[in-house]
Amino acid sequence: MDKLCQDVAQLAQEFRMQPHGRHSAELQRVLNRMRSEPFSGRYVLIQEHRNLPYRLARLGPTPTDPIGYTGDTFLTLEEAEWAVFKLRWCKLFGTDLPGE
Amino acid sequence: MLGIMGYWDRFSARPGEAPELKVSIEDGSPNFRVELVRLICGDDGPDRPGFKAESITSEVNGVRRGRQQATHAGSYVHIPSLRAIRGEAVTLAALVMPTWIGKRANQCIFSRQHRSSKGVALIMDASGCGGLWLHDGNNQVFVTCSTAMREGSWYLLVASFNASNGTARVLQRPIGGHHRLERDVKEDRSVELQMPSLPAGAALIAARHDPVDGIVDHFDGRIEAPALYSGALETDQFSGLVHPFDIDLPALGGWNFSRHIGSADIADVSGNDSHGRCINLPTRAVTGHAWRGQTVDWRARPDLYGAIHFHCDDLEDCSWNTDVVWQVPSAIRSGIYAARLTTDQGAEDFVPLFILPPKGNTTAPLAFLASTFTYLAYANSHHGYEDPLSEPAYGALLVLDRTDLFLKERRDLGVSLYDRHRDGSGSCYSSAKRPILNMRPKHRIWNFNADLHVIDWLEESGIEYDVITDDVLHEEGAGLLSGYRCLMAGTHPEYHTTRTLDAVEEWLGNGGRLIYMGGNGFYWKVATHENHLGVIEVRRGEAGTRCFEMPPGERHHQFDGEFGGLWRSNGRAPQQLVGVGFVAEGFDSCQWYHRESGSFDPRVAFIFEGVGKDDRIGAFGILGGAAGLELDATDPTLGTPAHALVLARSAGHSNVYLVTVEEMMSTHPSADGLDNPLVRAELVFFETPAGGAVFSTGSIAWAASLCHNGYSNNVAQIIGNVVRRFLDPAPFEWPDKA
Repeated sequence: MDKLCQDVAQLAQEFRMQPHGRHSAELQRVLNRMRSEPFSGRYVLIQEHRNLPYRLARLGPTPTDPIGYTGDTFLTLEEAEWAVFKLRWCKLFGTDLPGE
Repeated sequence: MLGIMGYWDRFSARPGEAPELKVSIEDGSPNFRVELVRLICGDDGPDRPGFKAESITSEVNGVRRGRQQATHAGSYVHIPSLRAIRGEAVTLAALVMPTWIGKRANQCIFSRQHRSSKGVALIMDASGCGGLWLHDGNNQVFVTCSTAMREGSWYLLVASFNASNGTARVLQRPIGGHHRLERDVKEDRSVELQMPSLPAGAALIAARHDPVDGIVDHFDGRIEAPALYSGALETDQFSGLVHPFDIDLPALGGWNFSRHIGSADIADVSGNDSHGRCINLPTRAVTGHAWRGQTVDWRARPDLYGAIHFHCDDLEDCSWNTDVVWQVPSAIRSGIYAARLTTDQGAEDFVPLFILPPKGNTTAPLAFLASTFTYLAYANSHHGYEDPLSEPAYGALLVLDRTDLFLKERRDLGVSLYDRHRDGSGSCYSSAKRPILNMRPKHRIWNFNADLHVIDWLEESGIEYDVITDDVLHEEGAGLLSGYRCLMAGTHPEYHTTRTLDAVEEWLGNGGRLIYMGGNGFYWKVATHENHLGVIEVRRGEAGTRCFEMPPGERHHQFDGEFGGLWRSNGRAPQQLVGVGFVAEGFDSCQWYHRESGSFDPRVAFIFEGVGKDDRIGAFGILGGAAGLELDATDPTLGTPAHALVLARSAGHSNVYLVTVEEMMSTHPSADGLDNPLVRAELVFFETPAGGAVFSTGSIAWAASLCHNGYSNNVAQIIGNVVRRFLDPAPFEWPDKA
């Protein structure tokens, strides 16, 4: 997996600047793996009303299981994407995102 | 948690009709308030146009007593009058294919239970073992095999009880090819129980009617040829037995599901006339144990389609009591109305109702065609958070709103045509006779709420319009359109029947002018049934962007027998109708269009009045751009008319935008918005020989740009130009090169 990322800091910066939209092929490969994590425990956002903050949560083992809230909240989608990117980076590579 | 919800008994109504509203209070309030409104805009998000509705004075407005209304999901067959089960012995048999053993609950294949609790049933226990259940009024006993069945495999299940010698026997025999992989399993046990003597009464297939709890123990899976006999089989009579109807005992009932496949009727062929009826739309026209590819059309060999697939989350009709009857006034204007329901605890729901003009009349030269079949296809969808591919396909974290959270807990409100049932099989039917909680204003921008952006723009522009619907177009055909000069289809008119397509084609052939305001339209074929009003059926096949695929041999509708799937697979690709058809989708970001050479053709000068030659079209909007979500493009090989003009084209879509599977004959690594030139939306115009014309936007996101800058922008300018010319009775000139 470490061969996937030639320049970790550059990829992270690219995602942070623009979490949605066109990405470099290298970043997209990382995102594909991150977004294909198993259903059980997958990160999702909860926004019960459209003017409320986003609450980070994780899906249960099956669709019938309850969602578990992590306690983290975000005012924007971009902030939430960045936070989950860092969490998934740690899970994917076994280390914190450098510089974070 | 949603505190209140409701549904009308129909999608569409006309002045003079009396639609009925059914309401369930979920927050414990004793009362609810109802207020009729006409919806204009449902987008209440930050920096959006805001929720807009007009209050309607009506005698139905006011406070009413209410209560929670129960919903009973799960399909089964109801046999209202089964002969009495008397004597000392009974035998039950069926062919079964379990599909959800993992739910770890008893599942009934056939049952007869009296209110005294006496009963008998052929069952599969929580471990997946076939067996027999008996209750003599005092005690109950389960006799089950020691080996579980396998999901997706067919078995002959036979259970006998002989009270005279206290013997219960069960045979679980693999059939349909699985005898090569599994062995017979038999259970032979002494049972101290009296024969449950049962008077004539109701019996169920695929569930049990408990005297206290009602309909319980739903079976998930397929059942074929269930039968009930008086008398018991000895062990040696099991050998060689391959079909329930081969049992040589006096029959009390035997149900052949290969009869009346196109209906809900169930035929008892035993001579007892204990006929039955399907409840909650189990899936028919599915292959039985003997199907080996001999045909793919159930009409040709119904004997091979003698199975029914039952699901615990099937639902046709909530059957709630009516709370409000609205006598639609004769003078009411056509529009999208809703019953706003509220409680004192702050709960709110809007229940839409589409009001058409009086039958045979039009009240405006333009009609907006509400995509009620598409709204129905997506009704109460769970797939966003149940499909592991959603997040990579969307290219963004999943965001669940309160409706999603509520639906996640309330499977009893049924599933959409995008969902898999709990057993993993695809959902073929969707019914309007239930609250459709994602067909609401103040919801995410998709389908219904996205179409309200179009209504909002029509209102802001002062353009008079009628609202018509897919369901009424299906009923009335081209006659519904005949009085309109211009028809405007919405942001995602994805699902159509043969009759709705025929109607639009006929009307266009007579000089109609069609504006297609969206993307991925006219894509899937659906069927309806006169005895299942408010229900559509889809059979997803080998092609198409889809969440599941029907099993082999099951691509023909139950409702009408026609081959289903994509319209493209039926020789009627959308490019033939509107010049463009679905090519790609992605949901992370949107783009804009740049003008193509076709836009400078004098034939379309009227479209670009007020638009600069280098203007970026739709480089703005609620979704970030007018070209996005699902994209359509031209393809002459699929039917785009030769004289169609490509006016503008989008580019620069992201890695998440991928070419749809039916455009990829073989997998290849160049499928995304960076590498594949097919990933684009195209703005298209063409004339028809009768003086009509078609204008297509090719993008679901188009309408979300209309409101930008106070409705003053080049997307609104272009559509305004098109509408004005399309309403002008002067015929379009047939171009020379056509």
